[in-house]
Amino acid sequence: MITEQLVWAIFFIPLASFCILALVVRPFFNSKSHFSGPIAVISIGISFILSVMTLVTVASNKNHGQDWGTHSWLEIGDFHFTVGILLDPLTAIMLVVVTGVSLMVQIYSMGYMKPSSHEPENNEHHGPEELGNPVYARYFAYMSLFTASMLGLVMAANVVQMFVFWELVGLCSYLLIGFWFHRPAAAAAAKKAFIVTRVGDFGFLIALMYLFFKTFTQSENYLEIHVINANLPGLVEAGVITGGALTLIALGMFIGAIGKSGQFPLHTWLPDAMEGPTPVSALIHAATMVTAGVFLVARFFPIFEHSADTMMIVTIIGGVTAIFAATMGLVSNDIKRVLAYSTVSQLGYMMLALGVGAYGPAIFHLFTHAFFKALLFLGSGSVNHATGTFDMRYMGGLRKKMPITYITFLIGSLSLAGIFPLAGFWSKDEILLNAFKDGDVISISMMGFLLAIIAVFMTAFYMFRALFMTFEGDFRGGSEKDPEAQAHGPVHLAESPFPMVLPMIILAVPAVIIGFLVNPIVNIGIPKHWFTYEFLGKALDYNYHVHTAHHQFDLLLAIVSLSIALLGILLAWAMYKRNPYLAPSTLGRVSGPIYTLLLNKYYFDEAYERFITGKIYYRGIAQISDWLDRNIVDRIVNIVGWLGANFGSLIRELQTGQTQMYATVTSVGIIIIAAIYIFGM
Amino acid sequence: MEIPGILSIAIFLPLISAVIVAVFLNGKTARGFALGASIVELMITGYIFIAHKQYDMSEKLTTWFPESFPVQYFLAIDGISAPLILLTGLLGIVSIFASWNVSERTKEHFMWLLALQGAVVGVFTSMDFLLFFLFWELELIPMFFLISIWGTGRKEYSAMKFLIFTILGSAFMLIGILVIFAGTGTFDMMKISELMPNANLIMPIGILFLFMSIGFAVKLPVFPFHTWLPDAHTDAPTAASVMLAGVLLKMGGYGLLRVSAGMFPDQLEKYAWVLALFGVINIIYGAAITIRQTDLKRLIAYSSVSHMGFVLLGLSAVGGGITSLAMTGAALQMFTHGTITGLLFLTIGFIYERTHTRHIPDLGGLARRMPIFTVSLMVAGLASLGLPGTSGFVAEVTIFVGAFPAFKIATIIAAFGVVLTAGYILWMIQRSMFGPEKPQFEQIGDATSVQVIPIGILIISIIAVGIYPAFVSDVFADGIAQLLIMTGAN
Repeated sequence: MITEQLVWAIFFIPLASFCILALVVRPFFNSKSHFSGPIAVISIGISFILSVMTLVTVASNKNHGQDWGTHSWLEIGDFHFTVGILLDPLTAIMLVVVTGVSLMVQIYSMGYMKPSSHEPENNEHHGPEELGNPVYARYFAYMSLFTASMLGLVMAANVVQMFVFWELVGLCSYLLIGFWFHRPAAAAAAKKAFIVTRVGDFGFLIALMYLFFKTFTQSENYLEIHVINANLPGLVEAGVITGGALTLIALGMFIGAIGKSGQFPLHTWLPDAMEGPTPVSALIHAATMVTAGVFLVARFFPIFEHSADTMMIVTIIGGVTAIFAATMGLVSNDIKRVLAYSTVSQLGYMMLALGVGAYGPAIFHLFTHAFFKALLFLGSGSVNHATGTFDMRYMGGLRKKMPITYITFLIGSLSLAGIFPLAGFWSKDEILLNAFKDGDVISISMMGFLLAIIAVFMTAFYMFRALFMTFEGDFRGGSEKDPEAQAHGPVHLAESPFPMVLPMIILAVPAVIIGFLVNPIVNIGIPKHWFTYEFLGKALDYNYHVHTAHHQFDLLLAIVSLSIALLGILLAWAMYKRNPYLAPSTLGRVSGPIYTLLLNKYYFDEAYERFITGKIYYRGIAQISDWLDRNIVDRIVNIVGWLGANFGSLIRELQTGQTQMYATVTSVGIIIIAAIYIFGM
Repeated sequence: MEIPGILSIAIFLPLISAVIVAVFLNGKTARGFALGASIVELMITGYIFIAHKQYDMSEKLTTWFPESFPVQYFLAIDGISAPLILLTGLLGIVSIFASWNVSERTKEHFMWLLALQGAVVGVFTSMDFLLFFLFWELELIPMFFLISIWGTGRKEYSAMKFLIFTILGSAFMLIGILVIFAGTGTFDMMKISELMPNANLIMPIGILFLFMSIGFAVKLPVFPFHTWLPDAHTDAPTAASVMLAGVLLKMGGYGLLRVSAGMFPDQLEKYAWVLALFGVINIIYGAAITIRQTDLKRLIAYSSVSHMGFVLLGLSAVGGGITSLAMTGAALQMFTHGTITGLLFLTIGFIYERTHTRHIPDLGGLARRMPIFTVSLMVAGLASLGLPGTSGFVAEVTIFVGAFPAFKIATIIAAFGVVLTAGYILWMIQRSMFGPEKPQFEQIGDATSVQVIPIGILIISIIAVGIYPAFVSDVFADGIAQLLIMTGAN
């Protein structure tokens, strides 16, 4: 039903869209670039249809996917860089997530990026005009390139191929965060995102080098992912490589995943990435690219599984990130940053799930999260479209003005908070369940579980804090009152235009039903736990034992987590209703230093940027090197030159000033000296 | 189609054109003629690149000198030199376009550019050691005048510094060449590799190896012989910077491959750790200095020091790494650095023509006024930091993977250089191109249609090699494989 060519087409069609927009439309037809949006939407629409066909094929196949082999790309000695498609349930799911969310976001962008008609003179909010022309072509070109790269990443059959697209999605992230490059904050955030994730990529690169070093003498090509997954653990058992080597490889990859998925301690770039246009945040920094780290761990899960140490580290990082990010989300006043911290925190849940061996639940949460988090971001963009600001302190009372945005945002928030029976409830429950049942009372998984369950409370609280601040109460002036909002746009309190509202409505549907539908707890025609165990289990169908525990739904645990989430909502209501029982300012005063600590993001930015980059590197190592180079290394050379010059004054007659003369004399002299030396012996 | 004497044509076409420009032409005609010559030269180098596997292109004139002094006019080409010749052809045409607006002593400028190109092709094709040395020295003269006449800043100082450094290096090289001759009785570089193991040398082979390598190390350049580079690059006119960074540095890398690795395999293996050490110093120390620079050209110049460290690291793989892979990576790094840094200097030169400043704090907000230059700077910058899809990635990743088995810690430190590179490149772009527009640049324009041509040529070659590296890497890999067979290493 699906051929290799068709799967390649999923990748190449958005790439073609990029080429058309970047190489033809942008340079030559930029003044007529309004058709850029449709080009991107149509191409990604086709990819989406093909992706759904692919998913159906894979799901109906009894074995775990297709094997079409690989194609040679670059061969130097033992280094065989092959490219190909690895199609398994994981890939198929990712293809649908990426194209589906991308399609929604592109449609939304056609409305969001359009210069606002009500104040055409000052539409900074919708991006700078480039020499009098709109920015569509550039925007949709980047978005198409991103989609293509992300698709290339998830279907890669070779780890180098994967790394290529891994870096390319980073490039697109850089380009899109810095899309409004005239704003210093955006330009700085783009650079920060690239460099911080590159620290992670450095780990990935080392894993690659080490993997190749350990396996290049083997007959099989250990750069191909299915070879790695199927055979690397076997090599350890056979004693060809040590368990430590396997751990090193897994750990290096995980460092890459930490960077990409904004996990502690490389999380600092993701909140700043919100400087990009909001649809970009929805697509890249919530639903797709940031999940690449989780995808990477899942992709090499058999390797991770065979390294208990790495699994423990994944669990710890996941659990810590889940709660650590949630705490910062509690105090942020910027609606997008609240969502960004929430994304980091939810990605932590996914990592936690992987760490405790719950492969299916991790991907299940990735899947549901993509829909409701994209929805929430699109909602925040809609709110921004009306108020011209992202600062919730200047919002309020939008429920009546923007009913569709309100309802869809509410659905997204409920889903994220994990309220029964929405999608987020089911996937989060699976993770909590697996963490709870994985270990003993005193164990790393139990610690992860505790952190995660506290984070459930925080998640519910910050989402409903955001919801109340934005939609309830009275309107507090928007960009007209916000002193820092000059870059956004005018206040225009009304529901957003149709292209923006439509994707939000569409995304609200999976945010409600997708959880129970694909992974029901009873057989509803779709088998029980179909998604997490039956379908995704196939992705791990290698010829050795893989840990996939089948924990059944636990009613008590579900009730506990649901109650905790409801408590969080209740607290938010008590604090942010019209006449609060507990004023936020009072709580802020009481908690004093903790509040300051959270507001300053635990001072990580200061530590990284001011201290490590600024003091130690720029004003330390780099300045010393620069000084050394100018005053010692170069000075020595000049001293030698000075000696030469003074010696030369003795034979001033020879100083004709002609360089050729000097060159000749030097050469001839050396020939003579050498000749004496050679023939004299 | 076989063209007899094609290598001689490749050398003498630019040299004779230079004479014609000097004697017969003036101003715009000189410019047009130089462009025509460089186009033909690009076609010739392209032909050599494509056809060198099919035909034996070597030329030998044994009667050049009396028999007692067996210097030959001996040209040949293989997988190592073919891509470098193509690179010379590419950058030759780019340098002509880069000088399009030179108004001062126009004809001389083009004359020296053409002469430079001929000399460099001579270096890459000579298979006779003395001929090689001749071209090696010949290249200095045009570059000296290009810097000292059309340069900026302390141009005389920089030109002289460039000259003295190189001559000092080549002095050692000349001694080495003569010692080798005394030991083997030939200047034929192909025979020397075979004869070296049994040669009766009058000095310890380690010292001989050192003498030869110093000459190349100055050119590459290797710390601590690199200080001529920032001065020369910064003060040179755009075209000279492009040629200097693009092809002249590669003469150093080429020499290390052809001579140090090809004739002294045992010594190279013995001192591989030294290469790895200096490679890492170049990479990290160079990157650290780069981020401090406030002059755009100086910044790129120091980044070259850092990037040439990767070449050293690639060569160090003979100490136990996957030699063929890492050496091919090193060769690729030379080719790719030529196009990338060429594009960086070219773009910066064009921007400077308009802004009249290269001081980064004075720039900023240019992106909206200069979309083409911004794209150009971004492509070059991203390639420089090794982004996949550009040629920079292929070179770096093959070097890392190949050198890692030999020097693990060194390779890991070097790989961290990739993060540092991202730091200085992106910060440079952010400060010079992004941010709010500045009033003094309100009337500033973008690239002219003439300037788009060289930018386009280089962008295409960067992306094309990035997407399908086998185009160049297969040729290099072939040359390296032959070299390794010849030296008996593997």
